[in-house]
Amino acid sequence: MSAFEAAAGYDRESLDRQPTAERAGGELMSKRIIVGYGFWIFLLSDIIMFSAFFATYAVLVGATADGPSGRELFDLRNVGIETAFLLLSSFTCGLASIGARTHRGSWFYGAMSATGILGAAFLYIEVHEFAGMVARGAGPTRSAFLSAFFTLVGCHGLHVTAGILWLLTMMAQVFAKGYRPDILRRVLCFGLFWHTLDIIWVAIFTMVYLMGVGQ
Amino acid sequence: MSNSERESHRSYADAAPGYENFNAHEPAEAYRSYLVGLGLATLLTIVSFFISGTTLVWGPSIPVALVVLAIAQMGVHLVFFLNITTGPDNVNNVMALAFGVLIVLLLLTGSLWIMANLNHNMMSMDQMMQMQR
Repeated sequence: MSAFEAAAGYDRESLDRQPTAERAGGELMSKRIIVGYGFWIFLLSDIIMFSAFFATYAVLVGATADGPSGRELFDLRNVGIETAFLLLSSFTCGLASIGARTHRGSWFYGAMSATGILGAAFLYIEVHEFAGMVARGAGPTRSAFLSAFFTLVGCHGLHVTAGILWLLTMMAQVFAKGYRPDILRRVLCFGLFWHTLDIIWVAIFTMVYLMGVGQ
Repeated sequence: MSNSERESHRSYADAAPGYENFNAHEPAEAYRSYLVGLGLATLLTIVSFFISGTTLVWGPSIPVALVVLAIAQMGVHLVFFLNITTGPDNVNNVMALAFGVLIVLLLLTGSLWIMANLNHNMMSMDQMMQMQR
């Protein structure tokens, strides 16, 4: 650390750790915190919306109207693969955020592509599962249990779909506009969104699938 | 600026969720956090899947174990992926999370409690017919 840097109150290693007032360009830093916090509150509200679907599912899980129950419908091998894909995509999403912040294009694009491909593979298995259930007469109209199931898991699937579209947008924006602070804020929010989807999936595979098969 | 002075400043600052501080020239420590998170989450997932089908433990304890494992895994995700910590720069993030968790718990337990009560007190169809005569 040079004498000048010490006098100015920062050194390179802890540059990111400095409070707003202490560094040049502090405006951008405080904006990142505000944007991140605002998006965190949105995500919590999204989780609350999901908890309503979870409550609905828990209330209706026994209302099978003499139709098939979870034990007959769910295939845990598929769910295990879906879980692995989503967990890995959460990890690669973290790598992508590091790549974006260190301005390493190969890391960013590589990890973002891996995230997108794993997310798409997850969606493919889920859509395949849904199509199989509808084909054997266990569509959302069959019973209250299945309505609640398709609403809850389908809503998560829609979130993943939106996440993949957002991911592609972020890759295009970084490609077209570079690592600008406002673009990096969007990448931060995308990362938060994607990680949160994985947290909701933990609740889904535990409550819907594992408990549904085990009951 | 002295070190202690910097510390006191730091406690007023906030951290954005999902934003881990690291030296941009050596991001190895940041990778480590995601790797540890991946390892722990994988372990918890495998245990969850194993325990759901096992006959080694007393049956009714399985759902309880699954819930505990799921909550533990959510904690792992929050700490290692979303970077929500107990540090002073994270107070606002944790407070928001605590409020969210409170609402989620109220919604879940409240719905289940009320609906179980209604189910319990609901007359069966036969009784209803009887009353209408």
